[in-house]
Amino acid sequence: MIRERYLNGLVLVLLFAVPLWALSNDEPFTITLATRAVIFALAAVGLNIALGLGGLVSLGHAAFFGIGGYAMGILAYHAQTYTPLMEFPFVIEGTKSMPVIWLVAMVTSGIAALLIGLLSLRTTGVYFIMITLAFGQMFYFFSISWIAYGGEDGLSIYIRNDFPGLNTLVPINFFAICFAILCLVLIINGLIARSPFGLALNAARQVPQRIQTVGLDPQRLKLVAFVISGVVTGLAGALFADLNRFVSPTMFSWQMSGEIMIFIILGGTARLCGPVVGAVVFVMLEHFLGGLSEYWHIYLGTLLLLVVLFARGGLVGLIAGREVAHD
Amino acid sequence: MLMSTILIIEQILNGLQSGIMLFLMAAGLTLIFGVMGLINLAHGSLYMIGAFAAAAVAGLTGSFVLALIAAMAAAALAGVLVEMLVIRRLYATDHLDQVLATFALILIFSEGTRWAFGSFPLFLDIPDYLSGPVTLPCGIQYPFYRLVLICVGLLVAVGLGLLITQTRLGVQIRAGENDREMIAALGVDISKLYTLVFALGAALAGLAGALVGAIQSVQVGMGEPVLILAFVVIVIGGIGSIKGALIGALLVGLTDTLGGVFLPQLFKLFMEPSAAQTSGSALASMSIYILMGAVLIWRPTGLFGART
Amino acid sequence: MTDPILATHNLQKSFGALKATDNVSIDLYPGEIHAVIGPNGAGKSTLIAQICGGLKPDAGRVELLGQDVTHTNTLTRAKAGIARTFQISALAMEDTVLQNVLLGAVGAVGSPWRFLRPVLADKALRSKANDALKRVGLQDDAARRTSDLSHGQRRQLEVAVALTLEPKAFVMDEPMAGLGAEGSKTLTAFLDGLRNEAPILLVEHDMDAVFALADRISVLVYGQIIETGTVDQIRSSKAVREAYLGSDA
Repeated sequence: MIRERYLNGLVLVLLFAVPLWALSNDEPFTITLATRAVIFALAAVGLNIALGLGGLVSLGHAAFFGIGGYAMGILAYHAQTYTPLMEFPFVIEGTKSMPVIWLVAMVTSGIAALLIGLLSLRTTGVYFIMITLAFGQMFYFFSISWIAYGGEDGLSIYIRNDFPGLNTLVPINFFAICFAILCLVLIINGLIARSPFGLALNAARQVPQRIQTVGLDPQRLKLVAFVISGVVTGLAGALFADLNRFVSPTMFSWQMSGEIMIFIILGGTARLCGPVVGAVVFVMLEHFLGGLSEYWHIYLGTLLLLVVLFARGGLVGLIAGREVAHD
Repeated sequence: MLMSTILIIEQILNGLQSGIMLFLMAAGLTLIFGVMGLINLAHGSLYMIGAFAAAAVAGLTGSFVLALIAAMAAAALAGVLVEMLVIRRLYATDHLDQVLATFALILIFSEGTRWAFGSFPLFLDIPDYLSGPVTLPCGIQYPFYRLVLICVGLLVAVGLGLLITQTRLGVQIRAGENDREMIAALGVDISKLYTLVFALGAALAGLAGALVGAIQSVQVGMGEPVLILAFVVIVIGGIGSIKGALIGALLVGLTDTLGGVFLPQLFKLFMEPSAAQTSGSALASMSIYILMGAVLIWRPTGLFGART
Repeated sequence: MTDPILATHNLQKSFGALKATDNVSIDLYPGEIHAVIGPNGAGKSTLIAQICGGLKPDAGRVELLGQDVTHTNTLTRAKAGIARTFQISALAMEDTVLQNVLLGAVGAVGSPWRFLRPVLADKALRSKANDALKRVGLQDDAARRTSDLSHGQRRQLEVAVALTLEPKAFVMDEPMAGLGAEGSKTLTAFLDGLRNEAPILLVEHDMDAVFALADRISVLVYGQIIETGTVDQIRSSKAVREAYLGSDA
């Protein structure tokens, strides 16, 4: 049994090493694949804050992924067409600056998460799952009917956005940006898990009847977790749109919500690097199995089924053994 | 504002028709959750299997009736297989596991169907004896087939109601909804009951898939949007309640249909036409979820759900 | 005459035709242990839920330190000073013993909104938690996973969590449940000293503990308090004997 801490380190080192190897072997596509894995991992880390830590089975997290994507799409679109977003009551121009776009993506996803959370957290259990799924759908249909930004066909953004000091069109540079963000978020995630908030949230998940009796408000704890979770997934969405230079309603789809959850389960819920491992495995399966057969989803489905039925702790669980109660 | 009464009545009927078909899905889902405590995302796949079976059989035999029977049988059979192989292991697990496992089933069924039938939609035709318009008492012409759907749906609703309230199976279902362990202790064969309930839900889904498949197309992925709508219906109606499923389904069907047609018209009253069309359609697409949100603010467990 | 810390007045609660709580008035004074006993099905859990906040009574009042808390929720009452223990231990099984007590400490201090510093780095919280563990005798098990504890140790941990809250009153739901003779004796001795910190409303089945600890005993039968008195009074009461053993006793 490899200690989980070492496994985490190993995963991250590999994730950084592979693109470097690809760089030296002139395989830019591999770098793009790695970036895709990193962004998916980020989306999943976001969901895991609500799901793994808070026990909130949100089946509509694609809503935040899409909001982040469209935040980028809309801002960049207006920048590339030199038209302002809004002229009244004050002028808002588009922008192609990544930091600004990220900020907007995070704030809008956060607000959406607050509103969706306030409504959805009035319910528990199956109702919660169904409601979050329904909200995801709401955004999906809304984006399809929003013809101004492409509707069903989506929106293409011609040039990658800017990051101060780097040529973001170079694959390894963009990968480095995404990887740095992922590492930063993982560190914050780790800190949150060990903090008083993390302790309270984790306890609220395991033993809900206890929380109020010690003077803590479980609803507020869950709402905050849900908002943080939405913000992170929203950031991932903005990065994803930037990677593909394309944003479309599929970012809001229920399939996307399901996929984000799959990343977590494959790797292991409530494990710090579970989402990372899961996302990497998914992207590899997508690439290799997808190359073999266009029906590779059957294999994905079977693998997922086997993991759920027989390997509940995900891959990290299999390799690192039972979770060590960390303090 | 030129909205004719004809249009309004037509759209109301359309709303009822889509609602009642939604009821067939929602009834199965709510029964399965009510009795077994299981959230089943694969229900949409059973809808799809019913539609494909109907299209295949109709293509082979030319008989719509045989196609419908095949739809229910195929869906029920698939349901029984899935229940025995996979679902059974999920009853004791938490909702997350159930969601993931049944999501995995969606992937397997969807790609499996695509592999077997290809990516292009199949066609299921409305049989001649059911097609064509019919003149209603108020002088309106309305497609006969859609009226048939409404009638079939209402018949199923009545049938389900009788099943639940008048038969032994119904008693077991109602008792199971209240206390699972108790009825096992009282000697009811839980295993068989669960398989039966699952098969019943599956058959209803398959029937709905076939019936609707004749108006829309039969293609992979047709079930999931309906599934999610059915979830909205259950949230509105309350889990475990057939009555709630019916009322919720009709509400959702009407809101969706009427909203899509009339909201843009409404907006045209105070906006210029193209903006009205866009904003109206956008709002219409969200109308169901706004309805769901409104119900939840008022009753977090649905209109007829268990009060906590 | 001092005021009671905790009191209920004429509580009523029915579930359909079943009257689970019928005109129940009990009180808890500083420094005392007031035991509530009664046969199974008497309505003890329902009563506790109404006192601690999980259930709203149909009629009647619940007062804590003279304030009417009848229409407040569990959270408000916990903050106002009630600490309850559960009949079936409500502990986070995946966490360590220390983490469970820290939860109580975090709640007591009211500071879950800290996201970046480890909870263990907070000396105040740590010492509070460790003190509670020391008092119940679990200080050597602090790093153990709660699911690895024995049943008796889990009951001790239940009490430890309540201790961190430094409450005005304890409401304990069958703390002796499932404890062997050894465990009961230790816990009884512990509760004996605890009454001076905050009075205890003790719902129990274990008669040895009740007779050893209680200053007053109330007997709950079919939702009604049939008698309240000292240990000797209850022991010799005919009504109580009939309630437990039937009228031909």
